[in-house]
This record gives sequence, C-alpha cells and structure tokens, in this order.
Amino acid sequence: MRKGLVWLGAFVLSAALAQAEVRIGVTLSATGPAASLGIPEKNTLLLIEAGRLDRMPKGVKVRFFILDDGTDPTAAVKNTQKLIQENRVHLIIGGTTSPNSLAMIDAVAEAGVPFISLAAAKAIVSPVDEKRYWVFKTPQTDELMSQAVVQDMVARGFKTVAYLGFNTAYGEGWAREFEKAAKAAGLRVVASERYSPKDTSVTGQVLKILSRRPDAVLIGAAGTPAVLPQRTLVEKGYKGQIYQTHGVANPAFLKVGGRFVEGTLLPAGPILVAAQLPDAFPSKRVALTYIAAYEAEHGVGSYSTFGGHAYDAWLIARSAIERALGAADPGDLAAFRKALRDAIEGTQGVVGTHGVFNLSPTDHLGLKFEDAAVIVRVKDGKWVLERSFR
Amino acid sequence: MDPLIFGFLLSDGLISGALYALVALALVLVFAVTRVILIPMGEWVVFAPLTQAVLLEGRLPGTVWLSAGLLLVWAVLDRRRGRTPLLLALAAALVVAAGYLGLAVPALAPLVAILVVLPLGPANFRLFFEPLPGATVLVYLILAVGLHFVYKGLGLAFFGPEQFGLPALLPGEASVFGLPVPRQGVLMVVAAGALMAALYLFFARSLFGKALRAAAVNRIGARLSGISVREAGRVAFLLATGIGALAGVLVAPLSNASYEMGFLLGLKGFVAAIVAGLSSYPLAVAGGVLVGVLESFSSFFASAYKEAIVFALLLPVLAWRSVSSLALEEEE
Repeated sequence: MRKGLVWLGAFVLSAALAQAEVRIGVTLSATGPAASLGIPEKNTLLLIEAGRLDRMPKGVKVRFFILDDGTDPTAAVKNTQKLIQENRVHLIIGGTTSPNSLAMIDAVAEAGVPFISLAAAKAIVSPVDEKRYWVFKTPQTDELMSQAVVQDMVARGFKTVAYLGFNTAYGEGWAREFEKAAKAAGLRVVASERYSPKDTSVTGQVLKILSRRPDAVLIGAAGTPAVLPQRTLVEKGYKGQIYQTHGVANPAFLKVGGRFVEGTLLPAGPILVAAQLPDAFPSKRVALTYIAAYEAEHGVGSYSTFGGHAYDAWLIARSAIERALGAADPGDLAAFRKALRDAIEGTQGVVGTHGVFNLSPTDHLGLKFEDAAVIVRVKDGKWVLERSFR
Repeated sequence: MDPLIFGFLLSDGLISGALYALVALALVLVFAVTRVILIPMGEWVVFAPLTQAVLLEGRLPGTVWLSAGLLLVWAVLDRRRGRTPLLLALAAALVVAAGYLGLAVPALAPLVAILVVLPLGPANFRLFFEPLPGATVLVYLILAVGLHFVYKGLGLAFFGPEQFGLPALLPGEASVFGLPVPRQGVLMVVAAGALMAALYLFFARSLFGKALRAAAVNRIGARLSGISVREAGRVAFLLATGIGALAGVLVAPLSNASYEMGFLLGLKGFVAAIVAGLSSYPLAVAGGVLVGVLESFSSFFASAYKEAIVFALLLPVLAWRSVSSLALEEEE
C-alpha cells in the first residue's frame, strides 16, 4: 500500500514536471556530403541547449533531442517519426538540405507538428497548402537570392548572361528562379548548361558558354564542386564577371578555389560579412553577438552562415513558445503543437542573424529582400561586402 | 562549330578518354584472370589523389592504416606459409614508413600515394575473393558491389565530403597543333600510352605475363601447366590497382578530387570495358577514348543529358555484341 502511494506520488510529480517542459526535436545532416552545413547547425543548437547563446523562454524548461540523418532523406523521415512518436516533441527543427526537408513535410503534416526547416528551396514553404500549413523555414530562398544577383547584374550594365549549374534540385531551382528573374529584368540568358557535382571536366559546357560571349556567368552550385566550372572558365580565358550562389559561402570553397575564385561576386545572408555592415543594418548586432559566442567555443573564423539559420530558427521558436504558453498547456500535446504553430505563424519583428522575420499565413519565411541579402566579393581570399540593397 | 572549339573538345575528350581507357584496361585484366567485375576500382582510383592531398595538408591519411591493416590481416591468414607472413608484415611497415616519408617530403607525395593504395587490390583479393574459388560471376559481382559501398563509406570517413585541389605535376600549358593544352593533360595521355605499351610488352614477352594470359584463357589448362591461378589473381589485382592509382594521381590536378567521384569514373571505365566485351585490351582502349570523346562533345551540345548519352552508348554496343558474337561459354 505504502509502496503504491510512493509510485502514485512519483507519477503525479513527474506529470507535473513534464507539464513545464517543451521538447524540440532536431534532425540534421551532421555527417555525409552536407556535413559542412549540418555541423555548424548542430554546434549552434548545442550552444543554445547549454544556455551559452541565448536565454531560455520564461516559465518553461526546454529539452532538445538532436539526431543525425547522414544527409539521407530516408533517414531524415525516420528521425522525424521517431522524434514525434517516441520523444513526443512539440516542434521539429532541421532538415539541413532541401531534399531532406521536402521529404519530412508529409510526416510532420500528418502528425500535426510544427516544423522549422533549415534548407533553401522555395518549394519547402510555398505555396502554403494543407501540408505546408505546418512548415516554416529560415534560410533565404533561391528566388530571393536570384533577385539579388539579377539586380546587381542590371546595376553593372550587363546585357547577356549565362548559367552553369548542378543537375540536382539545387541547380535546377536556381536555373528556374534566376532565368525568370533575369528575363523580367530584361537580361538575355544566352546559355543554360548543367553539370554533375561529381564531374571531373566541364570543358564542353564552358566552351559553349564562351562561344556565346556573355557579359556575366552565374554558377549555380554549392560547396567545393562549385570551383571546377569557375576554374575552367578562368583557364579558358573568360574575362567577364563570374557570379556564384550563397551555397559556396563556406571556408572550404575559398581554400580549394584559391586564385581561381578571386573577384567572384555572390549573394549571401548579411551575417557572412556582419562586421562590415553599416550600423543601421537591422541584423548586425544579433549576428555579431552570435558570431562572438560561436567563435568563443569553436575558434576564430569558425562561424558560417548555416549555423546562423539554426540560430534564427531558435529565435523564432523561443518567441513563439513564450506566446503559445498563454494559449495552451505543453502537457496537452496536440493542443500545444497547434498553439505553437499559430504562434510561429504570428511571428512579428524577430531580428535574426540573416534579417528580420515577419511571418504571415501566406508567407512562412517572412524575410524581406533588402534585409536578407547582400552582394559579397571574394578579395584576397576573404569575403568583402560589395553592396547592400537597403 | 569552329575548329578551335572542335580542337578543345577533342583534346578534353582524349584526356578523359585516356583515364577511362586505363580504368577499362584494369577492369578487363581483372575480369579475364579472376572473373571479378571490380566495381570498387573507381574508389581506389580517387583514393590515390585524395591520399596525396591529405599528405600535402600535413596529416597522415586513413588509407595508410587501412593498407597496413589489410596487409597484416593477410599475414595472419597466411601465417603457415613460410616466409610469406614475414614479407607481408614488412610490406605493412613499409607502407606506414612511406606515409611518414610523404609527410616529410611533399615532393614525394604522389609516389607515396600510389604506394599506399597499391596493396588494397591484392589484399582485397586475398581476403574476400580468394576464399571463394570457382564461384559464379554473379557471386563475385555481389561481393564487389558490397566492397564498393564499404570503400565509398571509408572514403567519406578518411577524406571528408569536400573536394581537394591538387598541384599539377607539370604546370603550365603546351601548344599541340597550335592548341593550348595543359601540360598535365599531355602527361596524362603520354603516360597512358606508355603504360599500355609496357603492358603489351609484359603480356607478349615476359613469362609472368604469358602465365597471366594463360590463366585468363583457360584456367584448368593453366593449372595443369603449373601456373597458380591464385597467384595470377593477386598479380592481376596488383596491376589493376597500380594502373588505377597512377591514373588517379595523373588526372586529379586537372580537376579536383573528392571521394564521391570514384564510382562515376569506374562506371564510365566499365562502359568502355563492355565495348571491349570485357575481353579485348585494344578494344578497351578504343572504348575508353570513345566514351571520353562522346562525353566531351555531348557536354557541349546537350550538357543536361550528358550522362544519359554516355550510358545509352551501352545499348547499341550490347545489341551488336549479342548479335555478332557466338555464344562461347567457358566450361569449367
């Protein structure tokens, strides 16, 4: 009898404790080909969990469950289901790559769990339909970044442009958005070529582009495989301006690219050149605070734009958790998940490292172009702010 | 298309073609002697330049320990064979010593890289294929596919997901028929030609080469004449890894190298080997050049369909081979 009472007491106590707990499930690509994106994201969330980056939401304990999906969409979906069913999380953050995030949409929509994606593709949150009702994201879309590239090209008086990109979801997404934006701005796209990230030669594509004599070439690629087309263009004597995308904004690209990538222009989130931004730039202070905390743990020069996306996701989540606590009780799983979703959608004026987030029922990203994109030049092996659009 | 572009595409195709031809030669050699379709070949090709790149960064690559470890396992397996285990342990020590030498003298890194990758072939043959003598081609193929996945995973673990840039062994450009071509590309083609000539001499003139050919043509007959088929298999694997590693070190400075590139290289070499019916060395070389040139021109005319065009080459070749060749199955 007495033993039973103790058990009952323990049960009531644990239920009371569980009420004051919000669980965040995370699945990231900390290994596999996208590891250079997933690792800074993971490090950032670990810093938040340890309370060294930001304060916790008031009146509640936050628990993280961080899993690795090895850059495999199937594993990302499995992780998502595990987090929802076993860990009974209220919110999911993650999906480092676009294929992973897109694959996770069905699982979160079915279970009714809000999901903040850390991947680029516009298709993750647009259009906001029955499923994407639950899905949000923090990184700039290829559409937004294309706009930055095209505006810069027009400002420099370029008339003809060529595109050379990955034959993957990333490259095709950029091809679609860039060519649409370029046509709208009166630029002529004289060549649109594809290559595989695993290719050992892109001479054919580059020769075709050279034969059309474009004023500028945009390379739609991510990470170190973006070096080969630029290197071939330079070796074959191309004298025009070369653009890259924000997918190359990591130190490995500069290291492998060396002299071949000098003078490249690329669109990027403002955090990449945070210290060089004018003081009036809204995200400057948040970005510098983040960078200082990250570098204190992982060394000078270790921060990347990708960790910034994870931090932005957390900032949106923290503010939403605080507002959702008034509407529902975390002990009631379904109700709190719904309340949290509504609170995320109602996010207004949250200043992150990549811009200011103002979400709405039709916009689940909520970044404004002028605040979220700058043009950066590679100069002496460093990122240098070329211009902002404010 | 103006002649300049034609020339550039042709030279690019010939350089890639030389690489595919070498891979195809290695695949044909291994298949003829052991009936193994060596899928992990592509991984071994990129392991060599990646090993070199990591050495140049001042770290000891994981391949050093892998090679030495496999040699030691081999030594344990053959512990009852007189001096063999001792020699194998010595080879393992040599590989580790070479690794440290490559760290100390960066100029030797390409050579060290080839030396480090070299034992992978024969050691894998001894550990995985030799215990299954006389298995069907399908069993060997499944085993090879498994090894491919293992080596791909190891590649990621050893070298990471990023690409590496490598310095050219011969920097600068040479003028070939008035066309500027990277010296490294010329080196690649010349080395491939020299290697093929050496292989021809080896098979036509040396006793060892003749024994290999005998083992390829008729294994039972070869064994009756006192040729060890196991020995022949090990030598075939050793030659294949050597050819692959050399090709990898020569071609990598022309682009960049990453662990992911191997499979596609191996597959294109395989297409070339299929053109040769997995049996003819001269046809394998022709197939490699054909694949390289086709790839280069299709990347100019229809870059989005390049891969599809290269692999679609298999269809007419297979159709032609199945119609033209008599059904000659080797009786075992």
